[in-house]
Amino acid sequence: MTTTPLLVVEHLTKRFGKGRQEATAVADVSFELGERGSLGIVGESGSGKTTTARMIIGLEQPSEGRILFRGEDRTHPARTVRELRERGRNIQIVFQDPYTSLDRRQRIGDCLAEVLGVHFRLDREETRKRVRELGELVGLDERQLNALPKVLSGGQRQRVAIARALAAEPEILILDEAVSALDVSIQAQILNLLSDIREERGVSYLFISHDLAVIRQVCDDTIVMRHGAVVEHGTTAEVLDHPHHPYTRLLRDSVPREGWDPSTVSARS
Amino acid sequence: MIPTPTPSAAGASPRASGRGAPLLSVEGLTVKLPVAHELRTVLRDVSFELEEGKALGLVGESGSGKSMTVRTIGRLLPPGADVAGHVRFDGKEVFDLRGEALRKYRAGDVSMIFQDARAHTNPVRRIGDFLTEALRTNQKMPQKAAEARAVALLAEVGIHDPERRLRQFPHELSGGLLQRVMIAASVAVRPRLILADEPTTALDVTTQAEVMVILKRMQAEYGMSMLFITHDLELASAVCDDTVVFYAGQVVERQSASQLHHDPLHPYTAALVQARPEIGHRAERLPALPGHPTTAYEAPDGCAFAPRCLFAQEACRAGVPPLLRIGDQGDSRCLRMPELHGKLLAPTPPAATVAVPPSVDPGEETL
Amino acid sequence: MTTAAADRRMIARSARRLRRSGSLGASGQIAFGVLVVIVLLAVLGPFLVPADPNAVSLSEAYQDPSGTHLLGTDGNGRDLLSRLVFGAQTALLGPFLVVLVSTLLGTALALSAVWFGGWFDQVSVRVMDAVFAFPGLLLAILATALFGAGLTAAIAALSIAYIPYIGRIVRSAALRERNLPYVAALRVQGVRGVMISLRHILPNIAGLIVANATLAFGFALMDLAGLSFIGLGVQPPTADWGATVGTGMSGILQGHPDEALFASALIVITVAAVNVLGDRLTERSEARA
Repeated sequence: MTTTPLLVVEHLTKRFGKGRQEATAVADVSFELGERGSLGIVGESGSGKTTTARMIIGLEQPSEGRILFRGEDRTHPARTVRELRERGRNIQIVFQDPYTSLDRRQRIGDCLAEVLGVHFRLDREETRKRVRELGELVGLDERQLNALPKVLSGGQRQRVAIARALAAEPEILILDEAVSALDVSIQAQILNLLSDIREERGVSYLFISHDLAVIRQVCDDTIVMRHGAVVEHGTTAEVLDHPHHPYTRLLRDSVPREGWDPSTVSARS
Repeated sequence: MIPTPTPSAAGASPRASGRGAPLLSVEGLTVKLPVAHELRTVLRDVSFELEEGKALGLVGESGSGKSMTVRTIGRLLPPGADVAGHVRFDGKEVFDLRGEALRKYRAGDVSMIFQDARAHTNPVRRIGDFLTEALRTNQKMPQKAAEARAVALLAEVGIHDPERRLRQFPHELSGGLLQRVMIAASVAVRPRLILADEPTTALDVTTQAEVMVILKRMQAEYGMSMLFITHDLELASAVCDDTVVFYAGQVVERQSASQLHHDPLHPYTAALVQARPEIGHRAERLPALPGHPTTAYEAPDGCAFAPRCLFAQEACRAGVPPLLRIGDQGDSRCLRMPELHGKLLAPTPPAATVAVPPSVDPGEETL
Repeated sequence: MTTAAADRRMIARSARRLRRSGSLGASGQIAFGVLVVIVLLAVLGPFLVPADPNAVSLSEAYQDPSGTHLLGTDGNGRDLLSRLVFGAQTALLGPFLVVLVSTLLGTALALSAVWFGGWFDQVSVRVMDAVFAFPGLLLAILATALFGAGLTAAIAALSIAYIPYIGRIVRSAALRERNLPYVAALRVQGVRGVMISLRHILPNIAGLIVANATLAFGFALMDLAGLSFIGLGVQPPTADWGATVGTGMSGILQGHPDEALFASALIVITVAAVNVLGDRLTERSEARA
């Protein structure tokens, strides 16, 4: 990366609990995300990947370490609503579950309009126009924009969640297992959509997933997390084709494929 | 929709073994469930066979009916369900079973493993209670013997320190461990048929590998047959002998698991195979199908897949296509299959713009 | 699927869904009907009833139903029908105020506790637990002792006593709602806490609040009637069902049960209808969740 990286995370650590109950969810994690970049965070349950994302988006307070956005210190969660709003224009997030990520009583168009209203001064006509534009960006038509979430499928709801996140025009979009709950055929649609958006809008992605094939498809660089620590990092091709760490190799070998025999997967250390 | 008779023999395995009757035979199964004062079709004319000792993969996406099929076989349908067709276990009609025979079927012959182990365990009872309860009630084992058996079962599925685990509560075990406990409970009765409903979907991929080893080993050791439901085509290809692909409550393809990826016999299967990204290579663009998977009751007339199919023609919308035999490889519910055989995986031009899904889904969530 | 066919199916399905989830069932609708009648009785009855409910005429005491007195007279010769009809106003207004005040305050407290969390939440929970442990009736008697007998004191006391009843339910429902990802998504966007609580969390739990408020109405009615029965709530000569049951006690002993009977019957019918309606509403709110 030649320019100043967009996001710098240094020695990020998170501990929960006190005394004997203390557990370290994230241990000394460091990485960078550049402009128009796309970084994958691979890990299984308990790896700390979601906690890391929550610290970056400001939903969790780090125990140690620093988070810098364009050089600005963003380590501590925003203290005022105004700060939250301002930071909201820099980094946004899409969650895993399409069914609870939207207010089930709010129409899609209203949901998008509300978020637009938080960040921009727009009159009714302008808001309508922007909502339509967002809809077009993610592939939602007029009928869907007027609908309630319950008539939309999982894939369509994730499109809404993506549109909502992009309404603030953030530079970084965190996708926390955003396609993991989707059917295979729908997942492909959303992955294509994400790729298009990245080209069109120049957004950077922080893509969290346990699915190595999806990581390959979406991310330029990858870090592998295990028990809260980064065990491998590099370009996605390097990490997946020539892994150094035995855990990465284990992960790769655990993926079912042609002629796969589960008993050949090396035993866990 | 008029169900048409299948020209191919119901579920005849591509490698007809001639070893006598199959363990499980499903023929023309059509199931309707009562939802909001009406009967909704969830399965249409489903037919397949499972031989003793084999593993059959049921593959499909949301709403395809794969889960419902297995629940039907296990006789776990809600009251008011309408079932037509045949489900035969060891020659006996499953839906004719009553009382003691039914209990024996559910407790001894057939065993189910669910996707979410945590949802199927009582959080206020210990693991030991969970494991010994069935043994004590069904086999009238005394407490001490049942506990010893439970310890042996846990050891069988690779759980260390089984005595300690027996005394623990479900929340003290990880998802992977709990799923192993479920498997232990399921195989405890040495069932002849295991119905595994996405047993590894909720697990980490490394845990999945471990659990698959256990399942395959149990299968081999005790000669159990298995119906394995999954949405993961690669997993099915790797661990099952044969596969049945479901779409909109119907069987659209049946063939051996290993061939599924190289030579799919239905455009839907081909689309699924191609839609998956590859771990070794990044595609310029994934060949994604527009629209989304549909359920049986939302399916249009004619071929349920036609609206999304690259190869659809007028004839496809005219009536529900029958299951056709394709050589000695398998069966397909695609009218054009004989002619399209071998050409389904030809590279197709990627969509030029963002895939636009069709207008609002008029139904319930597709799950 | 063609768009036209899809449209038709969607409309049919929406209509069915509306009917299903909006329906209160036969029992719910009957209960609702009964309550409508009672409310109309309270509102319009006073204009339709001929006699003055406070017109005492000792010579006409304990008369049986007749042309002039449709339900007979009470121990003081007052027209029973008029007393019951006028009594409906007091009997219904009291609980209504109790429920209104306790629901508003309880909901506001619970929503704030859930949003701010931390010590504020902890303190609110402890306070609500303490008040909840105190029987409402006892609180009302205490208030009466301090401020003198009367409906106002009783209503005020019960309003306080009922806050935790609604508050605890709202708190747990709001907590569940607040932990859903969409709330986090809104926070990350910078939407203000007040907006999230009022525009998003509240509408999603409103059904539950209404259902519980309805049930609380029944309890409040019983409590206030009970207070009036023992002479602490409504003061004579104001007509009130509970008070009428009280004054009707001596009538029973003299072989004239009508007064107490009719008043009790009205209380029982109203509370039963309210409970049935409340149950149906609760079921409906759970079905829609």
